Amino acid sequence: MTTTVADHHHDEVPKGITRWLFTTNHKDIGTLYLWFSFIMFLVGGAMALVIRAELFQPGLQVVDPHFYNQMVTVHALIMIFGAIMPGFVGFANWMIPMMIGAPDMALPRMNNWSFWLLPFATSLLILSLFVPGGGPAAGWTIYPPLSVQGGMGVDLTIFTIHILGMSSILGAINIIATIMNMRAPGMTLMKMPLFIWTWVITAFLLIAAMPVLAGAVTMLLTDRHFGTAFFDPAGGGDPVMFQHIFWFFGHPEVYILILPAFGIISQVIPTFSRKPLFGYTSMVFATAGIAFLSFIVWAHHMYTVGMPLSGELFFMYSTMLIAIPTGVKIFNWMATMWRGSLTFETPMLYAIATVALFTVGGLTGLMMAITPADFQYHDTYFIVAHFHYVIFCGSVLGMFSGVYYWLPKWTGHMYDETLGKWHFWLTIIAFNVTFFPQHFLGFAGMPRRIPDYSLQFAEFNVISSIGGFVLGFSQLILLVVVIKAIRGGKKASAEVWENPEGLEWTVPSPAPYHTFATAPEVK
Amino acid sequence: MIINRLKHLLGAGMTLVGTLVLWAVPASVQAEWGLNLQRPVTEIARVQYDLHMLIMYIVTVIGIIVFAIMFYSIIKFRKSKGAQAAKFSHSTKAEVIWTVIPTLILIVMAVPSTKALLLMEDTTESDMVVKVTGYQWGWHYDYMEEDVSFFSKLATPQSQITGTETKGENYLLEVDNHLVLPVGQKVRILLTARDVIHAWWVPQLGGKKDAIPGFINEMWVRADETGTFRGQCAELCGKDHGFMPIVVDIVDEGQYQAWLDGQRNNG
Repeated sequence: MTTTVADHHHDEVPKGITRWLFTTNHKDIGTLYLWFSFIMFLVGGAMALVIRAELFQPGLQVVDPHFYNQMVTVHALIMIFGAIMPGFVGFANWMIPMMIGAPDMALPRMNNWSFWLLPFATSLLILSLFVPGGGPAAGWTIYPPLSVQGGMGVDLTIFTIHILGMSSILGAINIIATIMNMRAPGMTLMKMPLFIWTWVITAFLLIAAMPVLAGAVTMLLTDRHFGTAFFDPAGGGDPVMFQHIFWFFGHPEVYILILPAFGIISQVIPTFSRKPLFGYTSMVFATAGIAFLSFIVWAHHMYTVGMPLSGELFFMYSTMLIAIPTGVKIFNWMATMWRGSLTFETPMLYAIATVALFTVGGLTGLMMAITPADFQYHDTYFIVAHFHYVIFCGSVLGMFSGVYYWLPKWTGHMYDETLGKWHFWLTIIAFNVTFFPQHFLGFAGMPRRIPDYSLQFAEFNVISSIGGFVLGFSQLILLVVVIKAIRGGKKASAEVWENPEGLEWTVPSPAPYHTFATAPEVK
Repeated sequence: MIINRLKHLLGAGMTLVGTLVLWAVPASVQAEWGLNLQRPVTEIARVQYDLHMLIMYIVTVIGIIVFAIMFYSIIKFRKSKGAQAAKFSHSTKAEVIWTVIPTLILIVMAVPSTKALLLMEDTTESDMVVKVTGYQWGWHYDYMEEDVSFFSKLATPQSQITGTETKGENYLLEVDNHLVLPVGQKVRILLTARDVIHAWWVPQLGGKKDAIPGFINEMWVRADETGTFRGQCAELCGKDHGFMPIVVDIVDEGQYQAWLDGQRNNG
């Protein structure tokens, strides 16, 4: 637990570009992942602003419909595969070894490789926008036959997904190997911090889900170029089969995006409530329950494809069941705050906002689970509003909470609390201004993925676009906060906060290049 | 006009659990603003609407309770007000309660949902059949027993889209040839597509259904009243996905027969 002389001896940080290219250090790789994620967040956000600019008024003003469809598609792919998933792997790299008392990840060279696959993969995706025919324009779900019609941009997207999938699987293997084998003596499974639990379950989801997506896009590739007809009815294939395979990946995927955020706020809320996490055991089982259910609900994304009645009933009931473990988690967080001693630093503000706004997204999700009603909601802006409430307010706000929570540990300096609060309030207000009206647009009948709309949707779209631009530019505040904290500021103590739980708070701030060369004892 | 509407909006208040807006705002304003589902004119659409309202009320109440407890905690248990942290970390009783109660609520929701689904999927005993074929980018309608068929495409001129001309009242929701259906008849609609997947959706007539190449999907419509109802393709189908609207005229039996005769003479 204490830093020994031997540690200092090894604590020489390599210099120059090769430090980052060849690094096998979990903290360096975590940093790379987090920066990569943030850059992709801004790139994907810029695309969202193109969308909001076009939708500011009825009529076509900014882009043509084909480019609009490319923006819709690539925005989603970049945000999901470039920003959120790598962001959480960044947290995993930085925090898992420090939270379980391990010196590093179990497979450090593979760790390096799984990161360096990412920039190449996303470069292919962004390059696809500049090839003849443009980028993928069939939505991130790349449903055939539409995706079979696309140009070589679709092929680049398929390769992007292959490489990103490889990266995710390698990362997941590494995380499981680390958590299973490298916990400090005394840290039994049921003593692991909840962030560790959510990540190990996420890693299993990744290993189960990503190969399914790889298979689906490979079949798409052979349909496009090698004369197969998996999804082509003219050759005896079935376009709906793609949707089944895609969503068998796709639904676990949404939990891959959310569970690590649940883990982060399960660390943050107890710290600022000065009270232990309520219902630890039920949290673990609720997480596992959500993960299990995620594999038997996929067709609720496809109620309108013409499933048999029995199928529609099964997927409606199984989807409704998800509300139970998710509710348990929400109630446990509320019970953690109940009769606590609360303070509202930026990480706590973000954690509370995550719980509150994710609840809104969860409740609209319950509305959509109801099959007959979903025949009205499906493919409208109500869906767009719903998944931004869960993915932005769940995953991204959860990640912001984690960034502010551990930034002093990473940089050794306290972040600027005033700027942090500005970032928080601007983000929360602008988010709701952007996405709350979209519920109404969806109810009123505005389909998603359209570049132009009829006049009754005009007012809410103006509001939504204004909110979107404020939301987008507010994120630059986070960049300023992080850079300021790296450069200097008030020195952070080892504990940073008031009596936080966890081994990461027993090492100095900033965390030395190598931590826990000698394993700590957990009682 | 817009200022007035904005005032209305601010008046209604962007509450955090904003479905509250639907409670607070009178129905007339909802229609003008498009805050809620469009007014249903078929049994299916009405069942969907009622189910939608029921579930939304339930989740709104749950949302209000969750938010109330959270805000109570935020206000009451502040360290700055001298709150001391309790030590408890679990309570079997509480955990059983908040597992069992949601389960019961879900059962309450599942019963009417199952009933509605059974109704929607019952396409038997229909009075007539229309086949709808989606293509890039428009619709083809085929009255299978009547030897009448025609294409239906966007009628909004390009100049309105690019903004060189003022946009009309039904901008992007107008077509050259309307689908005409008789009021009070159970119409079985068969859906398919020629190229990629589309989805046929007229909100006031009920839910959407995908039109998929190589597949025949089915749904049914029985309109309670005459009128013109508009909708759009709801599944991304390429460049002009946003420009393939649907217009349905519901007319009385006499007008319908006259229209059919006119179509046959044209053909």
